[in-house]
Amino acid sequence: MTATDARPAPPLLAPGPSLAAHLAVHGPLPRVGAGLVDLARRADLRGRGGAAFPTATKLAAVAAAGGDVVVANGTEGEPLSGKDKVLLTASPHLVIDGLHLAAAAVGASRRIICVERGHPAVERAVRAALAERRDHSIEVVPTPRRYVAGQETALVDWIDGGPGRPTLDLPFVRGVGGRPTLVDNVETLAALAVVARWGPAGAARMLVTVAGDVTRPGVREADVGSPISELLDAAGAVRPRAVLVGGYFGTWVPAAAARSTPLLGGVVAALGTDSCALAELARVAEWFAASSAGQCGACTWGLRDLAAATAATHGGSPDRRAVADIRRWTAMVRGRGACKLPDGAAGFLASGIEVFADEIAEHRAGTCRRSDRRLLPVPPPEPFR
Amino acid sequence: MSAGRLRVDPIACAGHGICAELLPEMITLDDWGYPMIDDRPVPDELLAHARRAVTACPAIALRLDRLATGGAAPVGRPPGRRPA
Repeated sequence: MTATDARPAPPLLAPGPSLAAHLAVHGPLPRVGAGLVDLARRADLRGRGGAAFPTATKLAAVAAAGGDVVVANGTEGEPLSGKDKVLLTASPHLVIDGLHLAAAAVGASRRIICVERGHPAVERAVRAALAERRDHSIEVVPTPRRYVAGQETALVDWIDGGPGRPTLDLPFVRGVGGRPTLVDNVETLAALAVVARWGPAGAARMLVTVAGDVTRPGVREADVGSPISELLDAAGAVRPRAVLVGGYFGTWVPAAAARSTPLLGGVVAALGTDSCALAELARVAEWFAASSAGQCGACTWGLRDLAAATAATHGGSPDRRAVADIRRWTAMVRGRGACKLPDGAAGFLASGIEVFADEIAEHRAGTCRRSDRRLLPVPPPEPFR
Repeated sequence: MSAGRLRVDPIACAGHGICAELLPEMITLDDWGYPMIDDRPVPDELLAHARRAVTACPAIALRLDRLATGGAAPVGRPPGRRPA
């Protein structure tokens, strides 16, 4: 027996980066083997990379396929999110523990941690933690700075020396080196390491990046499923008008709905009453178009046209064509890519034009007096090799 | 003959649009000329047309998956193959 179910688990970010601090808080890593699947199932652990897929199901599928490789995905290409970088810097040993647990559970020999390049402190923390353990069994692979690099199949392609574009392969069948591969977000693995020691309570809390119009932005720990209004209050949201729940791959909700909206994805961004939403939508729509790997037609051309239509809406296009086009094209591009980039753009824009319908009318009438605060970052995607 | 389901490989598809000409009952083109596939099982009376569309695709991007009744053998591009 690894833990009683009643004990509260320590926070994910608690111990600090050293092995001594980590062991003082968590103690040694129990050997749970294939029992990890059942632990994850009892804890109802969901993937923390954005898709919220049940971790036990994924573990069991890779184990059944004869898992050979486990990849800890720390790429975090979502521009609003910083929680994986904070986790890898503050608690690298939890991620490493989780990677070893997952590898043992699925029977994998090869173990890899991916970190987005351009964040030297993150990579340094991971390498320092491995050196401190004298752990030479894990490879550290820096990945490109672009959203699609973190999609599972693109990550596999990159690790194998490819350009890092999404493919149609199923990683649990044909992953790294053509072998069955488990790709799990680094926070998911850290949560496994906590669940293995502390029981289901280890999955009760999650990391969230709070961004936008808040006085105290940054990474916080919150109860899974708690109302996002609690997080916004804690972060000091300034007269929020709307909230982007789940980041660029989530949806806009009116601020009034924040109390009844449960926390699921790891990003929450507030937009205040004085901020121009259409300027933000237009910029992020452009970022989505620039983020396309250019492989799938509906994504390549659909996201380009969606960006143009969103820019026209921001520019106060007098006819109502642009909004109709956004509705039509967001429906048209969903599910049409090898990866979920078009679905992300569709969810972001389709919810945006509904939540900000009043502002669209203001732009058409030329009466929007809000300022463009540039709250949502749009880092240019690194080109493909 | 068992029924099948049409699938398009969105990476391989180059938007030739021949499939939509051969099987308009189940395939329409989006605003950029790429096929949108009805993912319901292909009715028996359209199966021959569906096979023609699969064979006619210059990009070998369309395939007809047999519906799961034991070992599914796809027609066209095998699943899980890495794009060239």
